[in-house]
Amino acid sequence: MNRSWIIAGVGLAALALVPFVASPYVLHIAVQILIFGMIYTAWSFMGRFGLTSIGHGAFLGIGAYTTALLWNLYGVTPWIGIPAGMALSVLLALVIGYPCFHLKIVGHYFALVTLALGQVIALLVIAARDVTGGSLGMTPTQVGESIFAFQFPNRTHFYFIALALWLLVLGVWYWVAYGMRRAALDAIGEDETAAAAAGIDVMREKLRITVISAAITSLGGSVLTQYLMYLNPETVAGVGISLQIVFAAIAGGMYSALGPTVGALLTLTLTESLRILFGTHFIGAANTIYGILLILFIVFLPRGIMGLIEQFSLFRGTREKESRLPL
Amino acid sequence: MDIFLLEAVLNGVMFGGLLALLALGLNLIFGVIDVVWICYAELVMCGMYTIYWLHAVYGVPFPLAAVAAILLVALLGVLLHRIIIEPILGSAPINQLLATGGLLFFLQSFATLLFTTDFRNVGIHLPSLELGDINLGYARILAFAVALVGAAALYLFLARTYLGTAIRAISQDREIMGLMGVDQRRIYLITSAIGGGLAGLAACLLVLQYDVHPFVGLSFGPITFMICVLGGLGNMIGGVIAAFIMAQIIAIGGYELSVEYSEVLAFLVFIVLIMVRPQGILGK
Repeated sequence: MNRSWIIAGVGLAALALVPFVASPYVLHIAVQILIFGMIYTAWSFMGRFGLTSIGHGAFLGIGAYTTALLWNLYGVTPWIGIPAGMALSVLLALVIGYPCFHLKIVGHYFALVTLALGQVIALLVIAARDVTGGSLGMTPTQVGESIFAFQFPNRTHFYFIALALWLLVLGVWYWVAYGMRRAALDAIGEDETAAAAAGIDVMREKLRITVISAAITSLGGSVLTQYLMYLNPETVAGVGISLQIVFAAIAGGMYSALGPTVGALLTLTLTESLRILFGTHFIGAANTIYGILLILFIVFLPRGIMGLIEQFSLFRGTREKESRLPL
Repeated sequence: MDIFLLEAVLNGVMFGGLLALLALGLNLIFGVIDVVWICYAELVMCGMYTIYWLHAVYGVPFPLAAVAAILLVALLGVLLHRIIIEPILGSAPINQLLATGGLLFFLQSFATLLFTTDFRNVGIHLPSLELGDINLGYARILAFAVALVGAAALYLFLARTYLGTAIRAISQDREIMGLMGVDQRRIYLITSAIGGGLAGLAACLLVLQYDVHPFVGLSFGPITFMICVLGGLGNMIGGVIAAFIMAQIIAIGGYELSVEYSEVLAFLVFIVLIMVRPQGILGK
């Protein structure tokens, strides 16, 4: 236990130093890695227990658009807009989740229902183009550095906000992964009927994890928008981003606390380095390689990079708690 | 009855035929191999690009280009099964869905890389049939007719031929059929080829009505999945019925509201129906 606390402390100190040593460009990427890391982690809350959602873009979009629209149209501060978006996402998660879990819609069917959900939100954003700007996207009204408007053009400030939120989500991850609920959720993921027979309230556990996941994804969507100050239906809702969430989380490893963040690190670094390497000359090159990598990951490394690392560290004898996973 | 509404309904019927054809291939794959090809619409896109290049750029006659497209997409189907699905046939079904999702990304971006994001038109403009005040494009009528013929041919193939019977048997019980001497692997490859071929056929019809671009799959891919689920994944007749229902919702909704809201409506209907009848409208 002692050693892992030391590692965590050193890691945290290193993360806190990033803004003071990194160039503005690297810092810009780092902020995005933290925000996406948080979103991917939120997805993995559901994904690791067999609730594969390919419509998380819906929650991302609700968070982003609720915050931005409330601010632009009514001048409502994101401090209210962000929780409002989260509340809406939670509501939607309950409205969809309850009947789904009640009717035992799982696997393919669950994935396709969530796909439809993601499409509904993306299409609504496009259809309401009078207020949302449709496919062209929109920009939140900018007021410069302002706590009230949750706008921090200073990257260092935003970095620490993103870092704090990311740590918070990691905390939630540990709460989920090492609490009593983990066992219950694992059991549900393995065999729902058996879990119910063992006295687990399947519906309640599933809804709880879905709500947590939706709320954090929505928060991530809002924060991402406040950072980039631009949003459009392709980047925060719809099929593309929804699949991207799934893949990054899987590539990084959805069974480890840091896995989804590693996924964010991997995908963003890959995209950026290919962009620098090829410039805008080869639009699509990054995603082409990305697509191949995803197939390879799912075929050969379904537990992701962190899964691989943990496997090796197991051989070296440092027994991780995660090794208790019955997979 | 409002003449424009009637036109919308008729166009909806034609559109339904096309959606039914799209759903047919996906349904076959799901029913037999128990895999959802989430990249199905992207295979259709490959077919559309093939026709565009062969016909519009190199001047190959359209029927020849169409045959080439069908064969190419059928081959893509076989490769997809052989390279991606086969190694993970034993793992969780959701992993197979996600692996084909990786292919979706790959095909979309590879098409962007090769052909840029330009919208390309094959340059064939079929006239419209005028019935009084109603306009019906021949491209739509042709699509409807070919889709029906395709569905009927697939039905006859599955019902009347030895191979078709083997395919249906596998879809009913994959363990037992191996013991009965059916080569499961071969049947899967043949099914993948037929599924791909149907995607290719759909591409021939779609290219007459729509421009092709790397993201064209996103505009009809999701609705195709909804149709398959509504009909009961793997249930062909259910899929055809669901295709016509969804097409009417989109057509009439598009007339009464707007295109996007009609699609929102279609997806909402899907979500509600799947909650009411998770086994599909014709499921047991």
